[in-house]
Amino acid sequence: MSAETDVELRGVTKRFEDVVAVDGLDLTIRRGEFLSLLGPSGCGKTTTLRLIAGFEQPDEGELLIGGRDVAGLPPYKRDVNTVFQSYALFPHMTVLDNVAYGLKQRGLRGAKREQKAREALELVRLPQLAVRKPRQLSGGQQQRVALARALVMEPRVLLLDEPLGALDLKVRKELQIELKRIQSQVGITFVYVTHDQEEALAMSDRVVVMNVGRIEQLGSPREVYDAPATRFVADFIGDTNFIERDGATFAVRPERISISRNGAAGLGGEVVTAMVVGPAMQCLVRTDDGQEVLVRQQRQGLDEDDAPREGERVVLTWAEDAALPLTTYPTGGTG
Amino acid sequence: MAGKRALGAWTALVYLFLYAPIVVVIVYAFNGGRQVLNWGGFSTKWFGAALDDPTITEPFTNSLLVAAGNAVIACVLGTALALALPRMRPWLRLPLDALVYMTLVTPEIVFGISALIFFVQAGNWLGLGSILGLKTILIAHVVFNASVVALIVRARFVGMGQTLEEASYDLGAGRVATFRQVTLPALAPAVLAGGLLAFTFSFDDFITSFFVSGAGSTTLPLRIFSSLRFGVSPIINAAAVMILAVTLAAVVLAYLVLRRSEQGRRRATPVPGL
Ligand SMILES: Nc1ncnc2c1ncn2[C@@H]1O[C@H](COP(=O)(O)OP(=O)(O)OP(=O)(O)O)[C@@H](O)[C@H]1O
Ligand SMILES: [Mg+2]
Repeated sequence: MSAETDVELRGVTKRFEDVVAVDGLDLTIRRGEFLSLLGPSGCGKTTTLRLIAGFEQPDEGELLIGGRDVAGLPPYKRDVNTVFQSYALFPHMTVLDNVAYGLKQRGLRGAKREQKAREALELVRLPQLAVRKPRQLSGGQQQRVALARALVMEPRVLLLDEPLGALDLKVRKELQIELKRIQSQVGITFVYVTHDQEEALAMSDRVVVMNVGRIEQLGSPREVYDAPATRFVADFIGDTNFIERDGATFAVRPERISISRNGAAGLGGEVVTAMVVGPAMQCLVRTDDGQEVLVRQQRQGLDEDDAPREGERVVLTWAEDAALPLTTYPTGGTG
Repeated sequence: MAGKRALGAWTALVYLFLYAPIVVVIVYAFNGGRQVLNWGGFSTKWFGAALDDPTITEPFTNSLLVAAGNAVIACVLGTALALALPRMRPWLRLPLDALVYMTLVTPEIVFGISALIFFVQAGNWLGLGSILGLKTILIAHVVFNASVVALIVRARFVGMGQTLEEASYDLGAGRVATFRQVTLPALAPAVLAGGLLAFTFSFDDFITSFFVSGAGSTTLPLRIFSSLRFGVSPIINAAAVMILAVTLAAVVLAYLVLRRSEQGRRRATPVPGL
């Protein structure tokens, strides 16, 4: 194992009665990276995280943290820490005591302990709330405290299970930026579970797309978006049109399609709906051979009076590299 | 409108029916006269007389001792049971669960008789003769009240979820450290409330105590009952009011403790967008 690997899963399988939650997972997590686990509900993201944290033990396979096999090692002996979706702050302790809890277990005492805890609170920009109880904080503040409580341990890997899932959109966006800042500041490896693909694509160095306990694709956000390895990924990440032409199926992103009133060499059809969605103009086109295709254009620089209207005949074209042939993919395969 | 007033009057009547006897006892405990039912002016002298009478104070002390000991033991056993039950495998948990509920729904008189037979037999087998006394009252009370505590603590424990404990393990605390620093403090209000309830149930218990008490082990409710055979004396009214006061105080305290922790918990749940 190279020095740059923090966590390695080799053929890890976890079953709950008759459900296979994680199915022969192979995954190498690099030192210092921001890795997201992305996938639909029930695909095994949380279970993967809990296996790494030590809350669950694998039925098969090996799990290495920092090059050491951690089979049978309880959570309190692993060099990883978790930020829970429900925050899990200790209700009877102050914010400062919550943050200092892990240091206390390590035997750190007195002024040293308090100083480190205060530094961690400063890192998440909450030094003024040290004496409050968790119930006196907002959700976003509670999640920052939970983050400080885990970061103060300076773990090799920080595991975050949908840490922003319970927050509203505005606070979530704020904390996304904050998390990214903190991660580059402390340089700790982040393994981040989310089912919000925008979040995953925006924040991660690499994304793992999971489906029914397996990895569909592992790659940079750009790779996963521009070159989905399987039909599942193409469908799950962003919007995708699956267009049949000349006996083959192609995956084409809505924003890569141009729409025009005339033009010969394209796919002809009729606009079913046309609507404004924030910064974009979105058209649903029914082609002459009965397929429905979604087209998205940026409104900026678009003459909206001249935009296609419902019922109009249009022609769709796209660049050759925008159409990914899906014939090479085994449908629902493992990539 | 008339219907509403009639309903109000009916409610008042029901309450009168329920509470009038208690009110009468309380009022006449402050009766200055010698005759129980002739009002002779306000006085607290019967409380003084009751507290001077060893045939009242001794049972009163007995009751307090049994109730307090019962509360402590029931708390320990009940909490242990509440923590163990959710972690057990179903084949063990279900019968134990049933047992807990059984102790709560068994008619007290049946329980009292069974306890009496049990203690008499046990005394014979052990060759100790009669072992009936305060200890047997205590044991019988603990059987019932440990179940009460277990139910209350368990509801809280299940509501707490396992994430708090997992967070503690995650931060490097072992099982014992986690129990001491996280689980127990989080459950403390429920344990305390359960203990206070156990105290009141034991303090004013009559039926079970009646069966398993022995010579020289009278509790206050037993003492009051036996004196009724010679008619009600104002001293007994005063003693009854003291039972009422102690019991009410414990119940109100239990209610306050539970309500406070309940509020804390509700506010502690994450509210999206706050
Ligand atoms: N403790 C458990 N007992 C039984 N089945 C479980 C348990 N934990 C998870 N599972 C099952 O394992 C599968 C994967 O669950 P997991 O929680 O890992 O999914 P997830 O990807 O985190 O989903 P979500 O996005 O909804 O959180 C699911 O089918 C789930 O029902
Ligand atoms: Mg999950």
